[in-house]
Amino acid sequence: MSVKTASKLEKILSEGHYAVTSECGPPRGSKPEPIVEKAEMIKDHVDAINITDNQTSMTRLCSLAACIRLKLNGLEPVLQMVTRDRNRIALQSDILGAASFDINNILCLSGDHQSFGDNPKGQNVHDIDSMQLIQMVRLMRDEAKFLGGDDLDRPVKMFVGAAANPFADPFEIRVPRLAKKIAAGVEFIQTQCIYNLDKFEEWMKGVRERGLHEKCYILAGLTPMKSVGMAKYMQKRVPGMDVPDEVIKRLQGVEKGKQAAEGIKMCVESIERLKECEGVRGFHIMAIEWEEKVPEIVEAAGLYPRPSLN
Amino acid sequence: MIVADKKPVEEIIDYLKDHKSVLVLGCNECVTVCEAGGKKEVQVLASALRMNAQNQGHEVKVDEVTLERQCDQEYVEEIRDIIDQYDAVVSLACGVGVQFTAEQYPSTMIYPGVNTCFMGATEKRGLWTERCQGCGQCILATTGSICPVARCAKRLFNGPCGGSTAGKCEINAEVDCAWQLIVDRMKALDKLDQYETLCPIKDWSTDRAGGPRKVVREDVQQ
Repeated sequence: MSVKTASKLEKILSEGHYAVTSECGPPRGSKPEPIVEKAEMIKDHVDAINITDNQTSMTRLCSLAACIRLKLNGLEPVLQMVTRDRNRIALQSDILGAASFDINNILCLSGDHQSFGDNPKGQNVHDIDSMQLIQMVRLMRDEAKFLGGDDLDRPVKMFVGAAANPFADPFEIRVPRLAKKIAAGVEFIQTQCIYNLDKFEEWMKGVRERGLHEKCYILAGLTPMKSVGMAKYMQKRVPGMDVPDEVIKRLQGVEKGKQAAEGIKMCVESIERLKECEGVRGFHIMAIEWEEKVPEIVEAAGLYPRPSLN
Repeated sequence: MIVADKKPVEEIIDYLKDHKSVLVLGCNECVTVCEAGGKKEVQVLASALRMNAQNQGHEVKVDEVTLERQCDQEYVEEIRDIIDQYDAVVSLACGVGVQFTAEQYPSTMIYPGVNTCFMGATEKRGLWTERCQGCGQCILATTGSICPVARCAKRLFNGPCGGSTAGKCEINAEVDCAWQLIVDRMKALDKLDQYETLCPIKDWSTDRAGGPRKVVREDVQQ
């Protein structure tokens, strides 16, 4: 996989290092500080920082503005972009806006349904889907074209990513679905949070059998559990999440004040095990509203210091 | 068929509060099948309106007529001779019938008596579910005859999303995941290999997005 952009994330992956990414959710208001504070906590321990796009359909400060702020502070943002809220005109326009600040990474998503958020009575757009968004960004980059066919005066030099959820159903199409995203033009994948490692490894086996791990970089997604309550909530209430009973039992086995530390330990153990899984090229650590723990996880997992680029 | 649901009677009573003579106008087509606006529902609503007027001490004339269709001029014409007797009509037809009746009788207030919901099918009596949104460019040939536009909450053309769990949609455990249905059906047809064919970006100009639509068939016009 040859390097096509100025993305730091792409360069680190192409040089064969494990990549480490994390994510920050923008604030529910117009304060500029929270996103900078969160990013500052993790910047030395990750290669790139995803900025979520109105995750769980809760209205927040926009991903694009937060990415621009990080970029201006010398950091490496990954612009998350969902197809729920914008049609093809707005998506292309925002992509150009991001490219004008040399934001070099994009994660193409469909987005959670609006019924989960603070505007369940709103309309959703879904003019195109996440696969088609991948195709569109590649068109704007590789062919320097608008979707409508006109030429772009400056192509968008973005490293193109998407999500994959090996735990959603039907399982039998989860490998073909990755193949489909690769055919659409995806270059890196950040997976859903992995708690069921056996199932993830089964999925990766299918990925390797088709050689898909050599056609895109797969970053394993991890979210440390803060408490038994969080684990139970994720097991029962979050669609597409696979939290085995053993995870809950293990957290229940330690006293309440030590569950968070146990959650961190479990996350680090998962990383260690996943390092042995051929085709895993990095880790995406989603410490939800717990960004301060990312450095500890990265260090404990032997992923620090991060590689420096020449 | 077009599936509609009854409006709360309080809402209809509120529309009619200043009217003294009302025609409740049913339709013998789709809304009869989905039991929202046929002859039977016309009788029930008319009785409720009469009872309400009586309880309020108002004198209101409420009559009942059910037409064969309200989306066809020849049937809507059938009330031309009596329309002037009423200062309001409550149409229990779908939104098409309400509007088409109003177009024929510009000086009479025509109120909607049902909420028009979708194009769907009768799964069993009392259960109607959506199947089509009339996007104007049918893609059922490529999706195992199951429509992701009408049946996927995100209308994904290359689904399913990561929220599909045990055959159900992330929005509600009672809603089938359209893409689970598509995958199951393609498997049954031995066509699952087609799953990996990318569905191209949709032309929505034939959908609502393109503005009010019409079908013109000169070959059948007289």
